[in-house]
Amino acid sequence: MRPLKHLFGITDLDSEQIKYLVNLGHSFIDINRRSLKKAPTLRGKTIINLFFENSTRTRTSFELAGKRLSADVINISASTSATKKGESLLDTGMTLAAMQPHVLVIRHSIAGTCEFLAEHLGDTSIVNAGDGAHEHPTQILTDLLTLKQTWDSMEDKVITIVGDIAHSRVARSHLIAAKKLGYKMRVVAPKTLLPAEIERYGCEVYHDFDAALPGSDAVYMLRMQTERMTDNCSIPSIREYHEAYGLNRARLNRAGSDTLVLHPGPMNRGVEISTDVADSVNSHVLSQVEHGVAIRMAVLAALCGGNDTEDMPPKRNRRTKREMEEDAMKSKEGFWS
Amino acid sequence: MSISLLIKGGRVIDPANAIDATADIWIEDGRIAGIGAFDGTAETTIDATDKVVCPGLIDMHVHLREPGEEWKEDIESGSRAAVAGGVTTMCCMPNTGPHIDHAGIARQIIERSNQIGLCNVLPIGAVTKNLDGKELTEMRELSRAGCVAFSDDGMPIWHAGVMRKALEYSSSFDFMIIQHAEEKELTAGGCINEGWISTQLGVTGMPVEGEDSMIARDIMLTRRTDARYHVAHISSFGGVALVRAARAEGLKVSTEAAPHHFALTEDEVLGYNADAKMSPPLRTEADRLAVIEGLRDGTIEVIATDHAPHHDDDKRCGLSCAAFGIVGLETMLPVSLDLVRNEVLSMSDLIAKMTCNPARLLNLDAGTLSVGSAADITVFDAEETWMLDRNKLVSKGKNTPWHGREMTGKVSHTLKGGTIVFTTSVSISEEG
Repeated sequence: MRPLKHLFGITDLDSEQIKYLVNLGHSFIDINRRSLKKAPTLRGKTIINLFFENSTRTRTSFELAGKRLSADVINISASTSATKKGESLLDTGMTLAAMQPHVLVIRHSIAGTCEFLAEHLGDTSIVNAGDGAHEHPTQILTDLLTLKQTWDSMEDKVITIVGDIAHSRVARSHLIAAKKLGYKMRVVAPKTLLPAEIERYGCEVYHDFDAALPGSDAVYMLRMQTERMTDNCSIPSIREYHEAYGLNRARLNRAGSDTLVLHPGPMNRGVEISTDVADSVNSHVLSQVEHGVAIRMAVLAALCGGNDTEDMPPKRNRRTKREMEEDAMKSKEGFWS
Repeated sequence: MSISLLIKGGRVIDPANAIDATADIWIEDGRIAGIGAFDGTAETTIDATDKVVCPGLIDMHVHLREPGEEWKEDIESGSRAAVAGGVTTMCCMPNTGPHIDHAGIARQIIERSNQIGLCNVLPIGAVTKNLDGKELTEMRELSRAGCVAFSDDGMPIWHAGVMRKALEYSSSFDFMIIQHAEEKELTAGGCINEGWISTQLGVTGMPVEGEDSMIARDIMLTRRTDARYHVAHISSFGGVALVRAARAEGLKVSTEAAPHHFALTEDEVLGYNADAKMSPPLRTEADRLAVIEGLRDGTIEVIATDHAPHHDDDKRCGLSCAAFGIVGLETMLPVSLDLVRNEVLSMSDLIAKMTCNPARLLNLDAGTLSVGSAADITVFDAEETWMLDRNKLVSKGKNTPWHGREMTGKVSHTLKGGTIVFTTSVSISEEG
């Protein structure tokens, strides 16, 4: 497999790498459920979470992932960062890189931030934790790990993604992943919430949610990102939006009783999703959150784990990269064939 | 006969006088004294064999950043960049600080450029005070101070009512309005062309209708007011079609194209390349071809650079935060020569778009090789290839999308008023 230096987006991964990371994530689920939630994989590694946008689950998830693998993790959020003092994004990045972390995990409202910083930050690995409306690769890997728990294969599965596609990095990353892994995407939104030429991803485009539901193996609901909207004209009201694009029990029944419901969070109950669906057995929203930690462990381990036995004497309990890879291979169990 | 300067044996192209022939040009007292076969002695001789000799180029759309943002460019560095690119007359846009919205600033710019003495700098006055689109400037006063046209470039004259008044008032005195055609309601928050590329990059796009709709509105107002209306840096298929139809109708509508809009497409911004970000943005291949067709059929009479130098600090901050604009003075000629190489235009027609055409639109006493006119002359080798290195640009702005690419066509001599203000050549022979 091609080694990973950075994780900017699903765009940069081939299907083999995607499967490897998901399988590696699968092997980490167990650690998170133990009473002693610690493995020495990343001992001696430094990870900086640099978040320029508000985030609860993604930041916590990366932080727990690093800590449970014994890395030293620092969190920096925009409200406490030097950017408030007028320092440029580039200077903030270069300053942190000068402190020699192994990984910088970055979330920023500007699309392309990770690619841009990587050009100037030398050896530091960069993980994209969401950049504007561009990509959010660890979310997609998380979703795939979640779906893996129920489905034998992604091949020919239909995921219907609904809502604010225009501002959604999750939607874009899924559309890219779908092509690589052979699943199908339907996007559902009024034209005001769709970006230009979205059909060129090879997806089916619907404005009528009810028409898109039959045959959907999973329904992926998105939050309205009102903070990114430049006007108040994208939807006339929450009430009308919910009526047209909200997922409730009656709608979900149109898809089928086995249809999975996903959401990247945070959910707005009563807007894009009603409580009877959010809390139903179809909902895998909390599984996504749980798997998010495992996937971020996998990503961090893949970027900086295991390879430097020369730095440290091997410990009996320490999982080497090879052991992790073996685990990952075992966990395939025919799944991604 | 003995004269001061001789340009010997070049291919002399003077579109205004329909000259395209191998000839000598001789210069006396800063003026062109004759064209033909020279028989006599000259103090200085430029050997122009296998080179093109044409009127000094005119760039009617540049940003010189002085006063106010001299770290990006100033009149001196901009003038040096201009003559390195063969430009001897340029028109600078009023979005300086303070703006060119009162006569004092216009006079100051002209005075400063005269002190430098490299390139004619002709200011374009603001249409509205502070470029805020509300109140008209004193256009007559600005004109008397040396402004050759009026524009709020960088910003559109946005409100239709203000634009109507601006067209009515300016045309009462035969002034031309140059519009940066951009309906900001449609382009708000955008940084590149809206389409498949902006969707993939996850950035807000600027739809082509932002340009087209304002050109359409302005043409209607031009029809009503019988004004002189010029579309700056036209970039779209629809915009070119609108201008073509307006001209066929007989309206006093003209337009210019920037080299990047006929040489490059939006694909340049893939990878978040901020040095390919400008407004209007690079658009699709269909738009690029429409601009080329407009140049070919004469809808687009002028090539102008929209030279927009920026400091690296304003470009190295991520695509959506980066400043709009690229430098262009030093790449205008080689990039535009592709139009000749690709048989879109004859050499003479291309040179006309950078000399006599803008001169005619702006009523300038420039852009020809007529005997008796000021000896502003450019000599270039249309075949010479060179590698563009951003760090070797003369302009303070290094923001070019052509870094590391091969250019074909190089200026060897630029003369202003009979003085050699730029040369790369060693072929000047000094004689007694």
